[in-house]
Amino acid sequence: MADTKELINALSKKHGIERKSLLPILQGIVEKENYLSKDSMLEVAKVLDISAAEVYGTASFFSFLDTKERGQYVVRVCKSMTCDMKGKEEILSTIESVLKIKIGETSQDKKFSLLETNCLGLCEEGPAMIINDDYFVKLTPEKIREIFGRYLRNEI
Amino acid sequence: MANNITLTIDGHQVTVDHGTSILDAAKKINIKIPTLCHHEDLCVAGNCRICVVEQVGKQTLTASCATPADNGMIILTSSPKIRRARKDIMALLVSEHNTQCTTCYRSTNCELQILSAEYNVDNSIYMSVLKDGDCKIDKASWSVEKDNSKCIRCQRCVRTCAEIQHVNALAVTERGKDMKISTFMHLPMNEIVCTNCGQCITHCPTGALTERRYYDEIWAAIDDPKKHVIINTAPAVRVALGEMLGYPVGTRVTGKMVTALKQMGFNSVLDTDFTADLTIIEEGTELLGRLKDALVHKKQVSLPMITSCSPGWIKFIEHMYPEHLGHLSSCKSPQQMFGALAKTYYAEKMGIDPASIVSVAAMPCAAKKFEANRPEMRDSGFQDIDAGLTTRELGYMIKQSGLNFQDLENNSFDTIMGESTGAAVIFGATGGVMEAALRTAYFLITGRNVPFENLNIMPVRGLEGIKAASIKFEKCLPEYSFLEGVEAKVAIAHGLKNARVIMDQIVAGTSPYHFVEVMACPGGCIGGGGQPIPTTNEIRQKRIDATYAEDMGKPIRMSHENPEVAQIYAEYLKVPLGEKSHHLLHTKYRKRNRY
Repeated sequence: MADTKELINALSKKHGIERKSLLPILQGIVEKENYLSKDSMLEVAKVLDISAAEVYGTASFFSFLDTKERGQYVVRVCKSMTCDMKGKEEILSTIESVLKIKIGETSQDKKFSLLETNCLGLCEEGPAMIINDDYFVKLTPEKIREIFGRYLRNEI
Repeated sequence: MANNITLTIDGHQVTVDHGTSILDAAKKINIKIPTLCHHEDLCVAGNCRICVVEQVGKQTLTASCATPADNGMIILTSSPKIRRARKDIMALLVSEHNTQCTTCYRSTNCELQILSAEYNVDNSIYMSVLKDGDCKIDKASWSVEKDNSKCIRCQRCVRTCAEIQHVNALAVTERGKDMKISTFMHLPMNEIVCTNCGQCITHCPTGALTERRYYDEIWAAIDDPKKHVIINTAPAVRVALGEMLGYPVGTRVTGKMVTALKQMGFNSVLDTDFTADLTIIEEGTELLGRLKDALVHKKQVSLPMITSCSPGWIKFIEHMYPEHLGHLSSCKSPQQMFGALAKTYYAEKMGIDPASIVSVAAMPCAAKKFEANRPEMRDSGFQDIDAGLTTRELGYMIKQSGLNFQDLENNSFDTIMGESTGAAVIFGATGGVMEAALRTAYFLITGRNVPFENLNIMPVRGLEGIKAASIKFEKCLPEYSFLEGVEAKVAIAHGLKNARVIMDQIVAGTSPYHFVEVMACPGGCIGGGGQPIPTTNEIRQKRIDATYAEDMGKPIRMSHENPEVAQIYAEYLKVPLGEKSHHLLHTKYRKRNRY
C-alpha cells in the first residue's frame, strides 16, 4: 500500500489533481499494478478530493481499467466476429490448456489472466490477441504454445 | 426585448426568456409533456427521451427538456410519430423494469407506472430482460433501501446526491447493458459515505430507492397489550401528512393526525415540539456559555456553534469535516431528547416500566431511522427511540387503519411531553431553529422580546440557500452585560451543498458567524427525505407557509414560556446543561471516513 500511495502521489504530480486528471492517473496505476485495487481507488479519491463512487464509476466504465485483481500478464483474445470465424475458439481452448485457467481467471502464481476483448482492429490478421500492450496475430495453436512457452520460460 | 424568444407550440404562440427549454415553454401555456429523468431541482440530463417532441423541418425527434427554445421554432407535442416513439420508449423501459407493481411501495405514486398506464404499454412487445440477480434488494442501511430491478437509470438520484448534497454516494457504474446506478464497488448502502438524508428517495421516479419501512413492527407493538406504545410527531409532518390523505399541499392536519393516532391505538400521542422547545433552552444555554467563555474568560472555544438537529447533517460533518466536530452543539436532536426522556422522566411520571415502552417517532426524515439506531442513543438504558417512521409511512398506516381521515375531529396532544410553542413548530422550516433560538436568547439576554413585528424574524426565513443575519444586543440584563453592544452574526444553510460553503469558511478561518443552523434537506425538514413525493420548490414554499401559519396560531410562541418545559426543569432536570441534561440530552460525535 505504501508503494501504491507513492505511485499515486507521483502520478498526481505528473497529471495534476483536477477532475480531468482522474483517467490518466487510473491508467498509470493499471500500468504498474495491473488492476485498480479498492485501496488504490480510495487513495485516488482522497488525492483528487472526489467521492470513491465517482472513481469507481469511471474505472468500471472502461474494460482496460480492471477493478478485479489481474496477473502480471493480461491476455485478451479478440472476440469479434472476424476473429471468431478465423478460429478464435481453438485459440482460446489452447490458451486455457496451456495456462490451466479459464476465461476471467487468473493463474495461482498471479502471472497470467485470461480475458476476451472487443475488436482490436486487426481483423485482416485474425485471430488476434494482446498480452498487456503487445499484440499477436494470425494465431494458431502451435503459435500459442510457442508464445506462452517463451513467457513461461521468462524469455519475454 | 432582444432576450425574448417566440416560438409556436401546437399552434399557440408563446414568448419566453432566452435559454428556456421547449419543455418549460410548453408548461407556460399549459401543454403537458411527459417527463421521467427531468426534475426541476436538478440539471438537465436528457437521457430518458420520453419528452420528445417534433420540430417542424427536422427529421429526428427532439428531447424537449434538453433543447432551448429558439425564435420561429414550430413544435408539435402530439403526433403519430411522437406517440409511437413515446410508447416504444415506455415499452423498452418497462422491459427492463421489475413490474411487480402490486407489491411495490411506490405503487400509485410511481411516475413510470402512471406513464405506462397513460400510454397503454403492452409488455409483450419486448421480452423482459430483467435478470434473476437484479431483484436482490439492498436492505443493509437503516434508512435507505435500494432495489436495482426498479431502477430506470434516469440518474435523478445521482444528480441529487451530487448537486444538492455534494456527497456523490451514488454513481453510474459499468457500461452498456451492464450499466447501473450503484455505489463504490457495489458496497451495501451502510458501508459507503452516505448521509441517509433520503433526498435520493424523494427524487426517485420509481420504487428503486425507498426508505426502510418499520410499520409492521409498530403494528405488532400496538397489538401487544403488554406494550405501552407512544409516538412523537415532528413539526414538519403535520404540514405534509395531508398530501398523503387527499388534502391539497400546504394543509395543516395537526388535530386530525392526533385523533387518527389515538384511534389507531397509540397509548399516548405526544409532540416532538416539546423537546424542540427543550432543545432551544439547552442549546441556547450552551451558546451563551461559549460566548461567555470567549468574551469574558478569553478561552479558545469553537465558534460558530452549529445546530445538531438534522441527523443527515451530522453524518455529513462526521464524514466530511471530522476535525471540526467541536463546532457542533452537543445537544441531541429533538427526536433523541424525546426518546431519552420517554423512558426515564415520562416512565417515572406515568408509573410505567420503561422496558414495556415502545417509543416511535414520526419524522419527515430518512436519516432519523439511522439516528435512532446509533449506539450513542441508549442513554435511558434502553434504545431511546425504537422506530422512526416517515411521513409517508405514517400516511400508509392511517390508510391501513381504515379511518376516514378527513372526517376526523381535531384533538390535542396528550400530556406530559405534549405541550409546545410556535417556536418549536417552526423547527420544520429552514431558519426555524435559528428564529426560535433568537426569540428566546434575545429575551433571556435583554429581558425584552426580539425587535421584530409579531416575533417574526423575517431575515432568517425563505428558500435562499444560505441566509445571513445579525442582531445587536443592547441594554442587556446585568447577568449578560458581557454581551452589551455585541452584534451576533448568524447564518442558515439548508441542503448539504450550502452547508459545505459554511464549513469551508470555518476551515479557512474566515467564518464571521457566532451561530449557524444547518439542515441537510433543501427547505429544511418540510422538504425532508421522508416527506410525501413529489417535493418541489413550490411545494416546499406551501409547506413553509403552513408552518408559519401554525406558529401564528399558537398561544405561546417562545420556547422558554412552554409550561411543560418549566415543569421538567423544576421536577427533573433542575438546570439547563445540568447533570441530568448532560446525561440524557447531550451526546458526542464520531469521526468517520471521508472517502
